[in-house]
Amino acid sequence: MTFRYKQVFVDDAATIAGPYEAEGPLKPYFDKTFENLYHGEKTWETAEVKVLEDSIKTLLDKTKRQKEDIDLIVSGDLLNQITSSCYSAEKFAFPFLGIYSACATSIEGMIIGSSLIDGGKVQNVIAATSSHNMSSEKQFRNPTEYGAPKPKTATFTATGGASILLTNENTGIKVESSTIGRVIDYGQTDPFHMGAVMAPAAADTIYRHLVDLNRTPDYYDLILTGDLGAYGKEILIDFMKNEYQMDISNNYNDCGTMLYDLEKQKEVQAGGSGPVCSALVNYSVILQMLKKKKIKKVLLVATGALFSPTFVYQHENILSIAHAISLEVIK
Amino acid sequence: MKILGLGDVMEKKKYEEIVSRHKPTETRAQNSFIAFVTGGIVGVIGQLLTEFYASFFDIATKDATTFMLVTLIFVASLFTALGFFDKWVTFCKCGLIIPITGFAHSMTSAGIEYRKEGPIFGLGSNIFKLAGSVILYGVVSAWFFGLLRLIIMGG
Repeated sequence: MTFRYKQVFVDDAATIAGPYEAEGPLKPYFDKTFENLYHGEKTWETAEVKVLEDSIKTLLDKTKRQKEDIDLIVSGDLLNQITSSCYSAEKFAFPFLGIYSACATSIEGMIIGSSLIDGGKVQNVIAATSSHNMSSEKQFRNPTEYGAPKPKTATFTATGGASILLTNENTGIKVESSTIGRVIDYGQTDPFHMGAVMAPAAADTIYRHLVDLNRTPDYYDLILTGDLGAYGKEILIDFMKNEYQMDISNNYNDCGTMLYDLEKQKEVQAGGSGPVCSALVNYSVILQMLKKKKIKKVLLVATGALFSPTFVYQHENILSIAHAISLEVIK
Repeated sequence: MKILGLGDVMEKKKYEEIVSRHKPTETRAQNSFIAFVTGGIVGVIGQLLTEFYASFFDIATKDATTFMLVTLIFVASLFTALGFFDKWVTFCKCGLIIPITGFAHSMTSAGIEYRKEGPIFGLGSNIFKLAGSVILYGVVSAWFFGLLRLIIMGG
């Protein structure tokens, strides 16, 4: 399902990144970074809430908006019952929609916000997301102090909070169109190879987006997937060539491989993951490149693995989804 | 469960081929070597400790072994609590997981993690999260082999 939008624009975004992300190559593009994973809180969970809150507060300051100017916040994260989003939204008293599509949450939020703005129902919507390496490890894997060895294909949940303000006032960066993804099952069962789980969903969404709008991959200056990692990225390029006879290798990259220096930061293995991974890249360096008109048309494809530890232990397949949104510089 | 059509199965097979084309090779030989050496070092430390306790306190080797185990468990737990043992485990892998250090580490790391959810629903309910399997199947196999020994060797 692909929508075109008439009157939706990106105002600005705010990114707060954790210590591992601050060691990566994108440090100069983040609004704030912090050094300790607890971020002055007692637990990993409340640290994540605080980081998300920080990003929303920073966004309001940057865009000179008051609380009352925001019609709606659409937010989601990885923790059970999307608690980080709920607890951070409470501080601001915005009308709140909580959403979940794992690591594709940021783009799902942007699609919902853009559609409501384009329908004329609201004017200013914040789409926000967060993740925290330790709170995710605790929920999905082993205790954080255990340090269990992982295979090379494993990805590393990014720590941070990111939010973006969508508006109906012309800012020069237009939300041009979006494609809502389908839930895909390719029989993958390995939670340590999420790239292989999510690549078919990314391929399906990119393909349908291009076909629906009658475009070819080179229409975009850049196509970005969320968190496929180094190996998932190769799989996607191969898959697109084999399945759809499309070559995306010239203008394609993956946020998970951009967030960290994969050569120096060996602990991240195949790259970054988590809902905030793609948001930290898209809302920082990519948005600034659009503002400076270094790139003019970009397709953001966030990829999410849909599963729970219970389903993995019960030997069910891991499903995946990808949502896409296209941003264009106008004027 | 979804019933797959023929086309689905073929597509998935083809996809598996693509995935395996881009799969990195794990450094198994290197991992085994590191685990062998570091696990061996733990063994040597254990032996030295046993010898030391046996001669220093002038006790039987069997008792000295118990002293040695307690020492290793204490040191592993302490290092976990100090926050650097997880990095050692990531490097040494089974070299530190298989000896008793791994068992101690699994309990201490779970304890640290769930302490914040309180003494009952956090610490108490979760401290055996990783170690529980080891205890259960350890007890079951001890019972089974004990029974075998009784039947075959008469006790």
